Amino acid sequence: MSSSLPSLIVLLPFFGAGVMGFVYLFVPAGRNLRRFYVAVGIGTPLLAALLGLIVVGEMLTLPASASIASPLYSWIAIGSFEIDVAFVVDRLSAVMLLVVTLVGSLIHIYAVGYMWDDQGFGKFFAYFNFFLGAMLLLVLANNPILLFIGWELVGLASYLLIGFYHHDTANITAANKAFLLNRVGDFGFVSGLGLLFALQKQSGFDFAAIFAGLGGIDTAMLSLIGLLLFVGAMGKSAQIPLYVWLPDAMAGPTPVSALIHAATMVTAGVYMVARFAPLYNRIPDVGLFIAGIGAASALLAALFASWQNDIKKILAYSTMSQLGYMLIAVGLGEYSNGIFHLAAHAFFKALLFMGAGAVIIALHHEQDIFKMGGLGSRLPAVRRTMLVATLAITGIPIFAGFFSKDAILSYAFASGHTTIWAIGVVVAFLTAYYMFRLYFVVFVAPNHRSSRSRQSPSLTSLPRSMVWPLFVLAAGSIFLGFWNLPEAYGGSTWFSHELHLADHEAHLRFAKEYILDGFNVLVALLGIAIAYRKFVRPSHPLNAPIHRIAWQRALANTLYIDTLYDRLIVRPLRGISNWQDRLIDPKIIDGSLRGLVTLYRGVATQSARLQNGNLRWYALTFLLGVSGISLYLLIAIGGAS
Amino acid sequence: MTVNPDAYFAVATLLFSLGILGVISRRNLLVMYLSIELMLNAVNLILATFSRLHPDEGGTMIALFMIGVIAAEAALFLAVIVQIYRKKHTLDSDAFTELAQGKKL
Repeated sequence: MSSSLPSLIVLLPFFGAGVMGFVYLFVPAGRNLRRFYVAVGIGTPLLAALLGLIVVGEMLTLPASASIASPLYSWIAIGSFEIDVAFVVDRLSAVMLLVVTLVGSLIHIYAVGYMWDDQGFGKFFAYFNFFLGAMLLLVLANNPILLFIGWELVGLASYLLIGFYHHDTANITAANKAFLLNRVGDFGFVSGLGLLFALQKQSGFDFAAIFAGLGGIDTAMLSLIGLLLFVGAMGKSAQIPLYVWLPDAMAGPTPVSALIHAATMVTAGVYMVARFAPLYNRIPDVGLFIAGIGAASALLAALFASWQNDIKKILAYSTMSQLGYMLIAVGLGEYSNGIFHLAAHAFFKALLFMGAGAVIIALHHEQDIFKMGGLGSRLPAVRRTMLVATLAITGIPIFAGFFSKDAILSYAFASGHTTIWAIGVVVAFLTAYYMFRLYFVVFVAPNHRSSRSRQSPSLTSLPRSMVWPLFVLAAGSIFLGFWNLPEAYGGSTWFSHELHLADHEAHLRFAKEYILDGFNVLVALLGIAIAYRKFVRPSHPLNAPIHRIAWQRALANTLYIDTLYDRLIVRPLRGISNWQDRLIDPKIIDGSLRGLVTLYRGVATQSARLQNGNLRWYALTFLLGVSGISLYLLIAIGGAS
Repeated sequence: MTVNPDAYFAVATLLFSLGILGVISRRNLLVMYLSIELMLNAVNLILATFSRLHPDEGGTMIALFMIGVIAAEAALFLAVIVQIYRKKHTLDSDAFTELAQGKKL
């Protein structure tokens, strides 16, 4: 079945970005202009969301394996080989489409309030719409090349938005870091695509054709392709070893962190692995590797998050940790659980970031949680929604995170990967601890700082557009879980069923599942209890912790991994660059060119001496020349006769 | 009376060599002009000689035309020499090196 709506959905945000970018550049700023930006900036995502709902509604009436194709035009046609610019909505991209457009619209609305006083209001919305278009291009692409274009464009949007406050050099550095680390990952990704392309035999390079032709490629090569593609996912989804950009990416405005670096872009790696499910199903070893990387990243990030003080960095590490969960899921072949966790995570993590942004705005851009405290009574709406999101991410029953996370963990247990399961449980404990540490310190714990009048008690009042999207997302965080209610709780895993992905099957008896889930909840409650003991009923006054023990200090400094990368990679590279700058460039490349110039000039100067203006000298050379020619003619021609 | 054609060639060669020697070694523009005329006449002589040896009057005709052209050219050449003399009050060819590389006009 085909329809033009998917193309329209992709093009709309790009169109909005183009119009706003044009107006921002060429129309002088004014108050009315801001209304225009709001209309276009919110209008296009909302329209895209509406069209997305229509398309998905239409698709649900079709059989599960059907998809809605939307060919735009033929891009590359070599003989019978064709690559089209075409979009496709199937069950998997439908989920992503809805998540991106719905959560994206809410964050756009939120951003109106957040960015209202910013000089670059129009620029922000142009970039934001551009991101949305790029992300939709990524998820709706019907071939890997188009997916890769979206993949790169979201990276560009991420770069532009991290460095949005470009007056601060640190932000530019963070943007560059994100961009460069993503290039490392993308190099792997594009190499994998190239290899896949080289080994393909059939005509056409869209997903369906690729998966049909996988049988003709041997397993070793498939594993290599799978690994290379996953390197791209490591970069984009901020996994070990390419994760260091994500915490720094928090330099961007908070709506950017919510949309790009929590809800959508960073999940592209998970989406990609799920999209290539038929490929990864053939290479379970690589899948296990992915799950291992996911588990390690989840654990490391959870540890880091427990020792951070910056509210956005806690959430950034938390995002990385949750992405680790998703990669465990897709690595072990339970794609629909991974995608479900992705969708649930998009809601509660966007909500957490937006709540954090509201707190930051209310406190005049303060980000250290130990300088907050006792905000619960003064920001009740934010506190309540943040509590919902915190409970959701912690995995307390009935909230979305409980169903999505425990599905992943119980699958890991059921399929016999108990090590990964154990790590997952430890991460769940740490998640409960650090999330409630954040919640308690910011909202519940007595406000020591402000009582010392270090901070003025006045809070900036929040605009309505920043508050009510929180409630929508909170509702999602509560109720989303029921879409995928496991059979153990009387549900039918409707979501996983409808998603129709090539999942591996592994079932537990209900009794076992109850025990596992109960255990997870206990672990989470334990984390909450410890956080409560430490931060709500502290034995000593609550201050920013000073870490005296070496391992704590190391964790608070994220194990000095940034420094390690700096020493191991950045400095040697910089050394090589400097060496090139000093030797190769000026001496060898420029030197050889300058040498040639000197040579030509010398020859010219010497030849110019012949032209001395002396008439008799000319006559002599003339004579010699004519004599020479005559002599030659005599020998060459005269000799013949 | 018939003369051996080699004698004509010898005279022509002698005239031509004298002309070249004059152009190269003498500095006076008038003498250089005279030397050029010598060379031209050497060529004329050769043309006429060949014309006789090879029964074809074309060579003689060209020689006659050339005498006419040389007369016209002489008028021009002398006028130029007069102009040059007015510029520097000398006829030394080495004094006129304005077109040499690196010299300003």
